[in-house]
Amino acid sequence: MEALLKEAPKVNHHLDHMPNMLVCENLQKVYPTPTGDYVVLDDLQLEIKQSEFVSIIGHSGCGKSTLLTMIAGLNEISGGTIYVDGEPVREAGPDRAVVFQSPSLLPWLTALQNVLIGVKQVFPSASKAEKLEICKYYLDKVGLGNDFHKKATELSQGMQQRVGIARAFALKPKILLLDEPFGMLDSLTRGELQDVLLEIWQKEKITAVAITHDVDESIFLADRVIMMTSGPYAKIGDELVIPFARPRNRKEVLEHPEYYDYRAYLLNFLNH
Amino acid sequence: MCRGWCERVTVTAAPLHLPYLHTAKAIIPTTHITLHMKTKIIKTLRFIGLGFLEPLIRLISGEEPQKNASLFLKKAILPVASIFIFVLIWHTGATALYNSEASARIEKARTEQGEAAATAMKACIESGDISCQPNTLPSPAKVWAAYKALWADHVQIAQKKEEFQSKVAATNEQRAAQGLAPITYTGRPSFVDQIGTSLKTVAAGFLLAMFIAVPIGIIMGLSDSLRTAFNWLIQIFKPVSPVVWLLLVFMIVKTLITDPTMDKSFIISFISVGLCAMWATLVNTSMGVASVDKDYINVAKVLKLNIGQNIFKIILPASLPLIFTGLRITVSVAWMVLIAIELLAQSPGLGSFVWEEFQNGANDSNAKIIVAMFVIGTIGFLLDRIMLSVQNLMTFNKTTA
Repeated sequence: MEALLKEAPKVNHHLDHMPNMLVCENLQKVYPTPTGDYVVLDDLQLEIKQSEFVSIIGHSGCGKSTLLTMIAGLNEISGGTIYVDGEPVREAGPDRAVVFQSPSLLPWLTALQNVLIGVKQVFPSASKAEKLEICKYYLDKVGLGNDFHKKATELSQGMQQRVGIARAFALKPKILLLDEPFGMLDSLTRGELQDVLLEIWQKEKITAVAITHDVDESIFLADRVIMMTSGPYAKIGDELVIPFARPRNRKEVLEHPEYYDYRAYLLNFLNH
Repeated sequence: MCRGWCERVTVTAAPLHLPYLHTAKAIIPTTHITLHMKTKIIKTLRFIGLGFLEPLIRLISGEEPQKNASLFLKKAILPVASIFIFVLIWHTGATALYNSEASARIEKARTEQGEAAATAMKACIESGDISCQPNTLPSPAKVWAAYKALWADHVQIAQKKEEFQSKVAATNEQRAAQGLAPITYTGRPSFVDQIGTSLKTVAAGFLLAMFIAVPIGIIMGLSDSLRTAFNWLIQIFKPVSPVVWLLLVFMIVKTLITDPTMDKSFIISFISVGLCAMWATLVNTSMGVASVDKDYINVAKVLKLNIGQNIFKIILPASLPLIFTGLRITVSVAWMVLIAIELLAQSPGLGSFVWEEFQNGANDSNAKIIVAMFVIGTIGFLLDRIMLSVQNLMTFNKTTA
């Protein structure tokens, strides 16, 4: 374990030349309760480079989802500032696309319409054909095949989440926020969707932040795993750079001689 | 040509061949096409609320005869049996009431006019003479006779109307050319005409309720303060009796409409129906809008939809199921209060039909009132079924099988 710590780099050197895309400064989240304030996050500092894929793990209730919704602008910031591409976050917007834990597709629309509603917002001046092309490109990429015109309710959970991923990428966001995106899926589907996500991410290289409580998922997806301490007063406890080459292949990652060292390191953090 | 449900049919049909070899014999001759048709028919039946016929269809096509036969017995025969028992009890009760009224009449004649009058009265009642029939709850047979009489009356009036139309057709053409209003039939309306008038009133009232309640419900659903502000008013007005609404509308309409050519009683009755019936839609719409899934709201926020897009693309579609539940309640309330309102507003329709029959006290008046009762019930049931189908059409949460 000690050997690994010395070897494992703390910085992703291949991203050295990249500017910071996301910066959290002295971030704080307080929920007022009748018995006094409940401080979820306190004095949290975080810097994420452009094109970096970061996963955040921690125990349930540690505030990792709170952090993500604050970055998305869906949750009020109690103290400190979040900068996205240098601009402070004030409200939600399509530059920070979110893939929610439940697919949250609009059930009265088809898969295509669900993606199109976002594309229309982001590319208002594009022609109808161009908009459709964007939607179809991403739906095709996530493997929706011939089901473009199926109602969201006619699709399985896994298929719905694929549409959710396509909807997020089609917005061409600066940051992709994934809130336990595969938490509700069975392990087989989860693996498939991780591959789909990485494949499409490999092409776009959009800065991504994924919340997860699955150690293997966090290693497989990310360039850097951020470990949060348990709340209240949660903050970043430790971080681990995952230097595996991309594009990643599940088999290669699992067979990597250091894979179990990284896994043990993360588990060790979570169990203390 | 038939993507989607074709595939599903083949999938459901496939496993039948393996585990149930004996039923497979019955299945194999029915071709792919009839399987389609059966699925389609069952789907349609379920959709229009006649789902109880489903086992019969399956039985006819030879699918699991024992199971479907007992299902059909349960779903169709039991309700029919209960209707039969109801009619039987009604018949027994009506006969008992008839006998008790008859003996009271005979007894009265005896104490007031003596034995001879009593015998005469007894003979008169037994002869079925109209002048001395006991006036009480009519038996099912009498109601059936009254129904036939009403229908015959309708056929007669319809014929008269037609004759009248053909007579004045030429004159009306001339009048139309001169810019005059056509001559219309002003004779007595038949029972069926009264039903038509009632349906028209209820439709107008329902539309009024919808156009008032849905927009206000949406606005209230969007704003927490508005909901709090109007909550008390709604709670106070909701339980107010139709009769009081009618009087209130009467006060206003009487002052506002001075044009004698306008049909005031129709206006008063449909506005009253609308005001009585709109509350369910109002409450349901505001509740539906206020309780839209938080995930959808978050999607709208991330996409930065403006207020108009937010309402028409997210909030309204998401609350449609609840809005239609409200509209369904509104229709049934509208139909229920209609009779009372027509009765008081002296607006033509089933309500005034019932009231007139009650007032004129003819020999078959009671039976005609019971006929009206069944007609009102049946139409109410049909309206509810129609609204249920529309509501099913609007519900997206269910996977359409």
